[in-house]
Amino acid sequence: MTQMHTTPASGWLIFTSFMVAFVLTIIPLPNDIEAFRPEWVALAVIYWALAQPQSVGVGVAWIIGLLLDIVHGAVFGQHALGMIFVAYIVVYLHQRIRTYPLWQQLLSVLMLVILYKLLLLWIFGVIGRSLDVSLYWSSVLTSVLLWPWLSSLLRRRTAVQR
Amino acid sequence: MVLALISFALMTADHRQHYLEGVRTGLSAAVYPLYYVINLPIVAGGWVDSNFTTHQTLKTENDRLHSEHLLLKAQVQKLAGLNAENRRLRTLLEASTNVSERISVADIVAVDIDPYARKLVINKGRREGIYEGQPLIDGAGVMGQIIKVGEPSSIAMLITDIGHSLPVMLNRTGLRVIAVGMGASGEMDLPHLPNSTDIKKGDVLVTSGLDGRFPPNYPAAIVTYAEKKSGQPFMQVRAIPAARLEHNREVLLVWRAQDALERPLRSTLPEATPAQGKAPASTAPNSAGVTTKPSTLVKPLVKPLATQPIPPTAAPPAKPTPAAIR
Repeated sequence: MTQMHTTPASGWLIFTSFMVAFVLTIIPLPNDIEAFRPEWVALAVIYWALAQPQSVGVGVAWIIGLLLDIVHGAVFGQHALGMIFVAYIVVYLHQRIRTYPLWQQLLSVLMLVILYKLLLLWIFGVIGRSLDVSLYWSSVLTSVLLWPWLSSLLRRRTAVQR
Repeated sequence: MVLALISFALMTADHRQHYLEGVRTGLSAAVYPLYYVINLPIVAGGWVDSNFTTHQTLKTENDRLHSEHLLLKAQVQKLAGLNAENRRLRTLLEASTNVSERISVADIVAVDIDPYARKLVINKGRREGIYEGQPLIDGAGVMGQIIKVGEPSSIAMLITDIGHSLPVMLNRTGLRVIAVGMGASGEMDLPHLPNSTDIKKGDVLVTSGLDGRFPPNYPAAIVTYAEKKSGQPFMQVRAIPAARLEHNREVLLVWRAQDALERPLRSTLPEATPAQGKAPASTAPNSAGVTTKPSTLVKPLVKPLATQPIPPTAAPPAKPTPAAIR
């Protein structure tokens, strides 16, 4: 067994990665590809909840979600609610998802992002905000396509398990 | 589970009761550095651009601006006369006088906050007296309105947003319509117009001011498509905004007349606000000789009609008539 002493990522690394995710979320994009912007922050939450569930759990995900509400000017708690559901599932299943082959991981991430966006859409519906749904789901695709890179990072970080 | 319940409670409190405006205002100050960082490359680009222009470009631009300035000045002169004449006629009709609005400039912060809506962030907030529902315009027309006010920045919704409806008026016929945003296409829809409506491509829509939010008579949109279809109960009408929603770096914020009256008017925008009857006198140059005659002519007309504030309005209207006729 190749025992690698992977030291847990410091708080600074996690903080910085979330900052980058926030920046990527609101940086201006051309109108045509704007709808395809990946759900960076949701991906970051999934990644850290998988890699280090002891430091990024449901509580952290909730705070991140609240900040995302502020940034988006959304109703308070909308993204927070989506985030805690995603984080709860990931933390609950992290041992299993880590050992999945890539295509199965892709499927689980697909499901998680769909769940996240479904919750957002549902709240949009409840508060009566109409939105253009024609391209609403396209960002799910781009988010999932990013996962292989994150997955390889994850492999390195959780190498002990393999 | 507890957090989920708190989330629900927060959403209700925010959406139904608006309890959390203070919290949001405070926290938006915490997020502002993020906006600032993202905006930085664009600001830096602008700085580099403006510092490394050639003498020749500056010269041509300066010339162009000079001629444009002259042109606008001439137009404003005429406007002052027309404005005064308009007010005089309105006093005769006993209609409410149309006092000008106060206007201030804000920069658009280059961030994209909501992919599902047409919103933008501006760099002014509660500190500068921005309020929710405040209209936003540019040089060409109405852009949108403020929907969330933060401490250093605010969020505005554009008139093309799918959740925005703007009461407008057809400039040619005076017909009142609602213009509903259509989202991604950048157009506006004019629903529920009967097939007999007199509306055609190229018609200009101006704000009607009936909402009590947007000042009246600002250009709002231009009709691009108007089609009568037999079998359909309503006409299909589309319009594009008159304002250049996607091409601006700056926007103008409007305080409506009631709010504007409390503040010094001439310090912000002197030429466009001939408010208390002083501006027309100073901008209509060749009216000095004929001050007394028209005023005596007007007075008896005004007296029986208007009972309240004649003194401030009756004096200036008489003066600029020569300017208006010329």
